[in-house]
Amino acid sequence: MMDSYALLIAATLNAGTVLAIASLGLLINEKAGIVNLGAEGMMLCAAIAGFAAVVHTGSDTMGFLAGIAAGAFMAAIFGGLVIWLNTNQYATGLALTLFGSGFSAFAGIAYVQAQIPERPNFALPYLSDIPLVGPALFRQHPLVYLTVAFALVLIWFLYRTRSGLILRSVGESPESAHALGYAVRWIRMGAVVMGGALCGLAGAYLSIIYTPLWVEGMVAGKGWIALALTTFATWRPARVLLGAYLFGGVTMLQFHLQGVGVELPSQVLSMLPYLATIFVLALISRNPRWIRINIPAAMGKPFHPGS
Amino acid sequence: MPKLKLEARSQPSQMWSYASPLLALACTVAIGVLLFALLGKDPVKGLQVFFWEPVKTGYAVGELVVKATPLLLIALGLAVSFRSNVWNIGAEGQYILGAIGASGVALMANPATGSWIVVPVLLAGVLAGLFWAGLTAFLRDRFNANEILVSLMLVYVAVQVLNFMVFGPWKDPHGYNFPQTKTFEVVTRIPRLFAGSRVSIGIIFALVGVVLVWVFFFRTRSGFAQQVGGLAPAASRYAGFSSRRALWTALLISGGLAGLAGALEVAGPIGQLTPYVPAGYGFAAIIVAYVGRLHPVGMVFSALLMSMFYIGGELAQSRLGLPKSLTGVFQGLLLFSLLACDMLVNYRLRWIALGVGK
Amino acid sequence: MTTPRLELKGITKAFPDVVANSDVSLTVMPGETHAVLGENGAGKSTLMKVIYGSLMPDAGQILLNGQVMRIRNPKEARANGIGMVFQHFNLFDTMTVAENVWLGLARTSLEQVTASIVAKATEYGLDIDPRRAVHTLSVGERQRVEIIRALLTRPELLILDEPTSVLTPQAVEKLFLVLRKLASEGCSILYISHKLHEIRELCTACTVLRAGKVTGVCNPKEESNASLSRMMIGAEPPLLEHHECQAGSTTMVVRNLSLERDDQFGVDLQEINLSVCAGEIVGIAGVSGNGQKELLYALSGEDTRSPHGSIRIGEVDVSALDPGERRRMGLHFVPEERLGRGAVPTLSLAQNLLLTRTESISIPRCAGGWIRVKALANHAERLIDRFHIKAGGPNSVARSLSGGNLQKYIVAREIDANPKLLIVSQPTWGVDVGAAAQIRGEILRLRDEGCAVLVVSEELDELFEVCDRMYVIARGKLSPSIPIAEATVEKIGEWMSGLWDRSVPGEARHA
Repeated sequence: MMDSYALLIAATLNAGTVLAIASLGLLINEKAGIVNLGAEGMMLCAAIAGFAAVVHTGSDTMGFLAGIAAGAFMAAIFGGLVIWLNTNQYATGLALTLFGSGFSAFAGIAYVQAQIPERPNFALPYLSDIPLVGPALFRQHPLVYLTVAFALVLIWFLYRTRSGLILRSVGESPESAHALGYAVRWIRMGAVVMGGALCGLAGAYLSIIYTPLWVEGMVAGKGWIALALTTFATWRPARVLLGAYLFGGVTMLQFHLQGVGVELPSQVLSMLPYLATIFVLALISRNPRWIRINIPAAMGKPFHPGS
Repeated sequence: MPKLKLEARSQPSQMWSYASPLLALACTVAIGVLLFALLGKDPVKGLQVFFWEPVKTGYAVGELVVKATPLLLIALGLAVSFRSNVWNIGAEGQYILGAIGASGVALMANPATGSWIVVPVLLAGVLAGLFWAGLTAFLRDRFNANEILVSLMLVYVAVQVLNFMVFGPWKDPHGYNFPQTKTFEVVTRIPRLFAGSRVSIGIIFALVGVVLVWVFFFRTRSGFAQQVGGLAPAASRYAGFSSRRALWTALLISGGLAGLAGALEVAGPIGQLTPYVPAGYGFAAIIVAYVGRLHPVGMVFSALLMSMFYIGGELAQSRLGLPKSLTGVFQGLLLFSLLACDMLVNYRLRWIALGVGK
Repeated sequence: MTTPRLELKGITKAFPDVVANSDVSLTVMPGETHAVLGENGAGKSTLMKVIYGSLMPDAGQILLNGQVMRIRNPKEARANGIGMVFQHFNLFDTMTVAENVWLGLARTSLEQVTASIVAKATEYGLDIDPRRAVHTLSVGERQRVEIIRALLTRPELLILDEPTSVLTPQAVEKLFLVLRKLASEGCSILYISHKLHEIRELCTACTVLRAGKVTGVCNPKEESNASLSRMMIGAEPPLLEHHECQAGSTTMVVRNLSLERDDQFGVDLQEINLSVCAGEIVGIAGVSGNGQKELLYALSGEDTRSPHGSIRIGEVDVSALDPGERRRMGLHFVPEERLGRGAVPTLSLAQNLLLTRTESISIPRCAGGWIRVKALANHAERLIDRFHIKAGGPNSVARSLSGGNLQKYIVAREIDANPKLLIVSQPTWGVDVGAAAQIRGEILRLRDEGCAVLVVSEELDELFEVCDRMYVIARGKLSPSIPIAEATVEKIGEWMSGLWDRSVPGEARHA
């Protein structure tokens, strides 16, 4: 019984990592004032790019790099349209998601049955042998720990460095930042590409480590949940991490509940993560003032310099 | 050294607002030709299956209309939403619920039922769609929850509801354990317009919808109020137009129309409820709405175009051995190109000489 | 002879629709306080943006201390000793004062910045707490942040763009002390304004712009308001015909209106008492951000949270009515923001009529309400003709009009409705002198016809010109009213700091 809880925690961390990486990336976007609804599409394309790279090279690193590149590339197109051509952020993000789901399905046909090499054992020496705690925490892919480290670095960057302050200023009032002489559009572009790269990494992790296989539409709304997480976290990195594990837990709960013999139709269990997202969004958003003081003020709004 | 510069226009260009969708289509076709060439297929043949085959025969045109009908219906509703700045992107879910609602009524019919049953079948679809969109409206209105995320999450929930029904209570007992309902009684079928074609009265609904939406947008005060809410929320508040009313109107109209589309589809071409009812029409309709400039007449054309993409994708699979998902690639490309080309509506490109001002 | 600190030679800058600067030349000596005078739209702001590197000129040269410079962005301007205090503050609301200042400086640490803010603040008497978040500051305090940020770059040339529009008269005096001290230390100052008496008081040289061209260079101390005005607008300022006020019965009464702020960065209204009578113009003075926005939302009906019975028109309690319902009772309102609130930028002038007018709608109360397109266009055409509005016609989109013409159109739309009560916020903000005079004239004419008018403005001169009675708003509280004959700039200025009730000192919001 206790072992099953240890496994649940381990699975939660694993599932939460996908959400956390993507959501931290989207957080960087949004801190700079850009909402990218293309997260789902970028993750899908990165998932197939990463998976294909592993099939062909046998190297996980190549897979991750391919995923990052795919995400960053798509984000760069999005950024070009949104930041330089002033297209609507929501519509352009949607276009990215629609294109991404079409393209990944198209490109993935050849890989539906493909196998990738056996995963090595990621257990940390000694630590993983501790009863309960070991299997729960210390038998994860290194990226799980790196994600936590990254979140800490991001907190330091955003709130303790001048560059972080500049990034936030661009999301707060791009007009003012522009008037002070900052290259608002390039800063936003950097944030968008960084966000895309992280969404790409999350997508690649999903298809290479988490599943590991390629199925059409396998991201299954995780990109959208990652978007919802930034609101849930009121744009704070630490809360993003927390929220990601919480949602990872909800995703895993369905399997756990089935395991312990709860009599619910499987479809109802599959709805849980989505229902939880809706519930949490309603809960967090119901106080508009709280949202307004935390949200980057220029988020989602276009910026035209020089006018 | 000359440099290309974007220059804002004081008035949006009328010409480009018509020309930009065409230019976007041209870009998509160009990329398509490139893609065919990369895949080692004859681009001419590729273009043929997408743009010629679907209009070659009367029957083919009928099929084009059959697929364009749900797209147009959903897009009409989405245009109302998007023009009011309400981002309902969960039309797919409302469409699925419409299909489930209609099926519920259709399954109650027996061979002796009169053909009046079609009316409650369609009504059930509309109501189910209304209900599903109403959930989003309620959560936005009462809890300020972002409608983009809520409506989208409800798509995934709707899919699970559908699965639950066809795997559970509604599964056809004589269906060899396939997850689907029994085939609906003939009386529940949506009446067709011509013999030898699958075109149903659905297209009449859609065309009437085009007229109604046009009148609503351009000739009624409430339609005007709806759009001001989208263009300038502060002006809408100043004028005294209710933003809550606009929110509910937008979501209920788009939900109802998506539900109707779902009902027409299960009680029409499909004839039973299966897990394959969601065909992505709800998402494709977003593209239809944008490519049609959120204008009711424009969307007639873009719905036909998108329908061509669907049929072309199927033909590309059977004739050229290319995956059907090519459709999704082209749809996405079209929307991307459109957004990029639309910049020409509000900006002009101009070569400027640098080097002065030293 | 000493080298000029700044020399502009033949600066030209054109936008697609307008030539903002045409062959502008200007010379500023070290330690000189040099005014750039011109009415709204004369090209002052464009010229300053060119100097500060926000805009590149199409032609012409900039010389700093005798060196030809090419200033490509504000960072380069700051590195070359140019500082700027913007009219629309470039501050980040949720960040602290120190962080805001830090963003305007080259690399250093936050601790150093905090220390130097305190040092500068003491040196120039600009009291400010570096750890406070900007959104908690008053408008005057925000300007201090801007000034300190500019001073910390150790400028040799400081540009101030309309700095006094957000200050009480007393605070203006304090600002002038700071500027004189700076000038005595050798810093050159470029002072942008359209207020003649300020320029004559402060500046030792002046360049006048009209329609993008230099129309005069002078020493303002040797000029009169009339002569400066001639250079600025090419004529004496138009005089308004002012008849005796014939106040009638009370049109609107506001009693004990208290309203908690709706916006995080807003102001709470506290026990507002106000009345406006038919046939009089009542003004509300005050530094912006003291509750004007919130009060206007409550009066217009855009905010319907007002307590029951707190706002009455005639005998009717309107506190819960929405703007449309209040409009049917004769209350019309011209908001401060023209684009996006008073008018929808991308819709035509004719369509913009529908925001507040229902004459061209059949069965307007019915949910549908059929729009008669022809009648609508004719209506818009009539307004354009009657008020001499420069526009392409009823189908031009609102954003294609100049600020002055759009403001005239919005005012025309509301006046044409024959209101019983007209509320106008910042009637001539950013509007050229001719249009401003026309708008003020129309408001006076409306009063003479027996309409009650409430004008909210930050321009004291304007209020003194048109009002019969005046209130002052400060920190969400409203002063008692004072007849215009008894009001003086000094008194109103004191009241703008909240000091109408001398028995409660320390109430003043630093402005």
